[in-house]
Amino acid sequence: MIEYIIAKYNYWIYIVLMMIGFYAMIGKTNLVKKLLGMNIFQWAIILFYVSTGSKKGGATIPIVMGAHGHYDPAQAVQFLNPLPHCLMLTAIVVGVSTTGVALALVIMIYRRYHTLEEDEILEILETSRK
Amino acid sequence: MDVVNSIKPLLAIMVSLVAACLILLTGDRSKNLRESWTILASVAKFIIVASMIPSVLKGNVLEYTIISLAPGLSLQFRVDAFGLLFGILASTLWIATSFYSIGYMRGLNEHAQTRYFFCFAIALSATMGIAFSANLLTLFVFYEILTMATYPLVAHKETPEAIKGGRKYLTYTLTAGVVILLCMAIIYRLTGTLDFKPGGFMAGNASADMLRFLFVALVMSFGVKAAIMPLHEWLPTAMVAPTPVSALLHAVAVVKAGVFGVLRVILYVFGPTFLHDTGLWIQLAYFVSFTIIVSCFFALAQDNIKRRLAFSTINNLSIVILGAALLSADAIKGGMLHIAFHGFMKITLFFVAGAIYVKTHKENVSELDGLGRQMPLTMGSFAVGAMGVAGIPPTCGFISKWYLCLGSLEAHEIVFLFVFLASALLDAAFFFPIVYRAFFKKPKEDVNPSFNEAPLFMVIPLMATAVTSLVLGIFPNAFVHFIEIATLAVKNILGG
Amino acid sequence: MISDQFPALIIVFPLVTAFFINIVGWWWKKPCFYMSVLALTVSFISSIGILNTVLIQGTIHYKLGGWDPPWGIEYVVDHLNAFILVIVSFVGLIVGIYSKRSVEQDFPQKIPQFYSVYTLLVMGLLGMTITGDAFNLYVLLEITSLASYALIAMGEDGAPLASFNYVIMGTIGACFYLLGVGYLYIVTGSLNMADLSELLPKLYHSKAVLVAFAFFLIGIGIKMAFFPLHVWLPDAYTHAPSSVSAFVAGTMTKVGAYVLIRVLFTIFRPYFSIELIPATTVLGWTAVAAMMYGCILAIAQRDLKRMLCYILIAEVGYIVLGISMANRMGLTGAILHIMNDALMMACLFSVAGAIMYKIGNRDITNFRDQQLNKKMPFTMAAFTITALSVIGIPPTCGFFSKWYLVIGAIDAQQWVFAVALILSSLLSAVVFFKVIEKIYFKPREPVNPHNGETHEDVVMDEAPMSMLIPIYIMVGGILILGILSGKIISTVIQFAIPASF
Repeated sequence: MIEYIIAKYNYWIYIVLMMIGFYAMIGKTNLVKKLLGMNIFQWAIILFYVSTGSKKGGATIPIVMGAHGHYDPAQAVQFLNPLPHCLMLTAIVVGVSTTGVALALVIMIYRRYHTLEEDEILEILETSRK
Repeated sequence: MDVVNSIKPLLAIMVSLVAACLILLTGDRSKNLRESWTILASVAKFIIVASMIPSVLKGNVLEYTIISLAPGLSLQFRVDAFGLLFGILASTLWIATSFYSIGYMRGLNEHAQTRYFFCFAIALSATMGIAFSANLLTLFVFYEILTMATYPLVAHKETPEAIKGGRKYLTYTLTAGVVILLCMAIIYRLTGTLDFKPGGFMAGNASADMLRFLFVALVMSFGVKAAIMPLHEWLPTAMVAPTPVSALLHAVAVVKAGVFGVLRVILYVFGPTFLHDTGLWIQLAYFVSFTIIVSCFFALAQDNIKRRLAFSTINNLSIVILGAALLSADAIKGGMLHIAFHGFMKITLFFVAGAIYVKTHKENVSELDGLGRQMPLTMGSFAVGAMGVAGIPPTCGFISKWYLCLGSLEAHEIVFLFVFLASALLDAAFFFPIVYRAFFKKPKEDVNPSFNEAPLFMVIPLMATAVTSLVLGIFPNAFVHFIEIATLAVKNILGG
Repeated sequence: MISDQFPALIIVFPLVTAFFINIVGWWWKKPCFYMSVLALTVSFISSIGILNTVLIQGTIHYKLGGWDPPWGIEYVVDHLNAFILVIVSFVGLIVGIYSKRSVEQDFPQKIPQFYSVYTLLVMGLLGMTITGDAFNLYVLLEITSLASYALIAMGEDGAPLASFNYVIMGTIGACFYLLGVGYLYIVTGSLNMADLSELLPKLYHSKAVLVAFAFFLIGIGIKMAFFPLHVWLPDAYTHAPSSVSAFVAGTMTKVGAYVLIRVLFTIFRPYFSIELIPATTVLGWTAVAAMMYGCILAIAQRDLKRMLCYILIAEVGYIVLGISMANRMGLTGAILHIMNDALMMACLFSVAGAIMYKIGNRDITNFRDQQLNKKMPFTMAAFTITALSVIGIPPTCGFFSKWYLVIGAIDAQQWVFAVALILSSLLSAVVFFKVIEKIYFKPREPVNPHNGETHEDVVMDEAPMSMLIPIYIMVGGILILGILSGKIISTVIQFAIPASF
C-alpha cells in the first residue's frame, strides 16, 4: 500500500494541487483568488504531464550536445520523453493567455463596480436591474 | 383500380397558398383586391377538385409524390373516393364562406382582416392536404399546419376570453398531435409503412395489446379534433371566434378533419376485419353513443346560439364515427355521406347565427322572439337546416340518417338504431324552440317587425347552402355525385 | 490544385485575416467588417468543397506539413466532419453579415477588435471540427474558448462578470479534457484519434483508460453546457452582444456534441461506450433531465434571450439523447438535429438581437405595448416560424429531427425517452406560445374588437435589411431543409454513423 502511494507520488501531488485550485475557484468569492485557483489548477496539470515524461535511471533533459547532423537512436534511452514537454509548452501558452484574458476582465470589472468580491458585484447588478 | 399520376392534388393545395401570399402582400391597402383573391382562389380550388371527380368515379386513384424521406416514408398525395368526398365538401363550402366572411367582417367593421383572410386561406390549403394525403405522415403534417393556421382565427377577437379559448384549443390539439406522432413512429417501426390501404394494414403485425393500445390512442387523439367526449371541451370554448370561423372551420373543416382522421384510422389503417375480430367495434360504438346522447342534453341547456350549435356538431360528429364503427356497408356509407351533408346543414345554421349577430347583436336563444318577421329569409334557412340535422325529409340529412339506420340493422345491433332515433328526437327538441320563437312568438320591444334582413353578402350564401341541402335531399347525386363517391369508397374498403 | 488544400485553407485564411484585421483596424475601421466577411466566405466555400470531395472520394486525410501520422498532426475529414464544417461556416458567415449594424450600435470604437476575435472564434470551431488529433483539439478548444470569453465580455451590463464565471468553468472543462488526453497518452503513447482507436481496445480493462473516459465526458459536458454542467450558459449568453450570442448559441454547443460523438464512437469504440461501461445509459437519463429542466425553466423567464438560453439547454439535451440511444435512427436524429438546431438557435437569437437593436429592451411583457407585430412584422414572422420549428410542427425541419429521435427511442425500447421527447415538445409549445400570444394577441386597452381596420400611427419600423436578410436566409433553410431531410440523410448522414449500428 505504501509503495503504491510512494511510487505514484507525482499523481498524488498533482491531485492535491488540483483540488486546492478547485477549492479556490469554487469556494472563494474574491475574483483574484478565483483566478489564482484557476492558475494552480492548470499548473498542476502541466506539472503532471511533465512528470509523466520522466524516466528512472538518471535520464537527463533531451538536449544532445554537438550532435547536429548525426544522430544515434540508441542514445534515446538516456533522455526524457520530450513530447509531453512540447505539449506542455502549448498548454503553458494557453494558460498564460487565459490568465491574461481573465485579468483583463478583472480590471474591467473593477473599473465598473469598484469591488472585486463576487457577492458585492451581484448585489450591485441586482439593484441596478430593478 | 388504376393509379394515375397527376399534379392536381398539389395544385388544389397550392392555389390557396398562393392566394394567402397575395392576400398578405395586398394587405389593408386595397380591401376589394384582397377579398377578390380569396374568392378567386376558392373558385379555382373547387374547379380543380371537381375536375378530379370523373377520374375517381371511374375507379382511378390520383397520386402525386412530393418527396420521399425514407423507404416507406414519403410526403405523398393520393386522391381516392373518400378523400375526394372531403375535398369536395371543403372546397364547395369555402366559396360560400368567402362571400359570407366579406359580409360579416365588413358588417361588423372587424379589425385585423388581412390576418383573418390569410389564415383562412392557409387553413383551407391544409384541409385539402388532409383530404388528399396518401399516408399518416402527410396527414399529420397538414393536420398540424391546420392547427397552427386556425389558432389565430380562434383568438381573433383578442379579448381575454378569446385568448383563453385559443390556449385551450392549442392545448388540446397539440397534445393530441404529439400522441399521434408517437403512435405513427410505433406503427412505422412495426410495419415499415404508413400508407393508407382500404381495409387496413395493421392486422397481424404486432401483439394484440400493442394493436389495441395504438388503436385507442389514435382514435382518441384524432378524436380530440373530432370532439369525442370527454375531449370535446375545446369546441364550445372556441365558439368565441368570429362566426365564419365557427361556420367553416368548426363545423366543416377542422372537426371534419378530425372525423376524417378517425375514419381513416378505423377503415384504412386498422380495417374492418381487425375491428370485428377484436370486438373493438362494439366498444367504440358504445363509447361514441355516449357522446351522441349526452351532447344533446348539453345542447338543451345552452342559451347561447353558437354554443348550442357546437354541441349539436359534437353530436353529429359522433354519429359519423358510430356509422363507421358499425362496419356494415350502409352504415359506413351513411357515415361518409353524413360528413358531407351535415356540413351543408350545419354551415347554414352557423351562417344564420352570424347573420343574427351582425344585424341585431343578439347571441342568445331567449332573445330571438319574433325575429322571423324581421328576417324571414334567414330564419327560414335556419328552419331548413334544423330540419336537416334532425333528419326530416326532404332534406339531405334524412338520406344520411336513413343509410345509418339501415346500417345498424345490417350490423344486427338494434341498440344503435335507437341511438340514432333518440338523437333525432333530441335534435328536434333543441332546434325547434328556436324556429318556434322566431316565427310564432310575439316580438319583444326592441325587435323591429318590418323586413330588415342581414347584409346581402351574408344572406345569399346562407340561402344557397340551405337550398343545396334541400336539393341534395331530393337528388342526392346532383352536381358532385356524393352518393356515387361514397358507394365507391365503401366498396373499396369492404373489398367489393 | 487548390481544392486539395481546402482543409488547410479553411483554417489558415481566417487565422491570417484575423491578424490583419487587427492591424488594418489601427487606421481604418471600415474595411474590418468586409475583411472578416471575406475570410468567412472563403471558409464557407472551402467547407463546401471539402464536403463535395468527401462525398465523392470518401474520408480525406490531410497531413499538416507533410508529417505522417501518428507523429504528425493530421486533419481527418469524414462525412460527419464535413457536414458540421459546412454548418458552422455557414452560420458564421450569416451571423457575420448580420452583425454589422448591431456592432456599430453597441460598441463602435471596438469594431476591429470585434471582427478580429470573431473571425478567430469561427476558425477555432472549424479547427475543432476538422482535426484528427486529440491534443490539437485541446489547443483549438482553448482558442475558441478564449475568443468567446473576450467576445462575451463586450456585452451589456452583467457581461464581464458572466464572462469571468465562464472563464473559470470553461477552464475547468478544458483542463479535464486535457487530463483525459494526458491519461490516454500515458497508456498508449499516441495522440492521433485514429491511432488511439486502434490501440485502446486492448487496454479497455485498465483503470487509467476509464478515468480518461470520465474526464473526457465531464470536460466536454462543461463545454457543451450539458445539464448539470450548464450553469455558466444562461448568464454568459444573455449578456453577450447580440451577434455573439447568435453565433455561439448556434455552434459552440453543437461542436461540443460533435466532439462527444468522436470520443464516444471513434476514439473509444461503440462497444466500450455502450456495453462495457453504460455511459450511453447515463447520458440518456441525464439528457432527459436536461430537456425537462430547460423547458420548464424557460417558461419562467421574462427576458427573451434568457428564455432562449434555457431552450438551448433543452436542445443540447435532445442531441445527447439521440447520441445515447446508440442506434442508427437515434444517431441520425441527433446529427440532423445538430444541423437544425444550429439554424434555429442562430435565427432565434438573431431575432432577439434585432428586437434589442430596434427597441433596446427584451422584456417579453412589454412586447404588446411596443406593438411589435405592427412595427416589425417580418422579424416577428421569422420568430413564429422558428418557434414552430423548435416545437416540432411540420413541415419545418424541427419536426423531422424529432421524428427520427422518437423512432430511435422506440427502436431502443426506451419508452420513457419517447414520452420525454413528446412532453418537452409540449412544454416548448407553452414557452413559445406565451411569447407569440404576447406579440400578437395580448388584449389591448381598451378592448374593442370592432374598432375596424384603423391605420393608426404605428409605422412599420423594421430591422435593417442587413439584419433581415440573414434572418430570412436561415428561416428559408428551416423551411426547406426539413422537407429535404430525406435527401440529406441518404447522401451525408447515413455514412456518418459508425458501421456497427
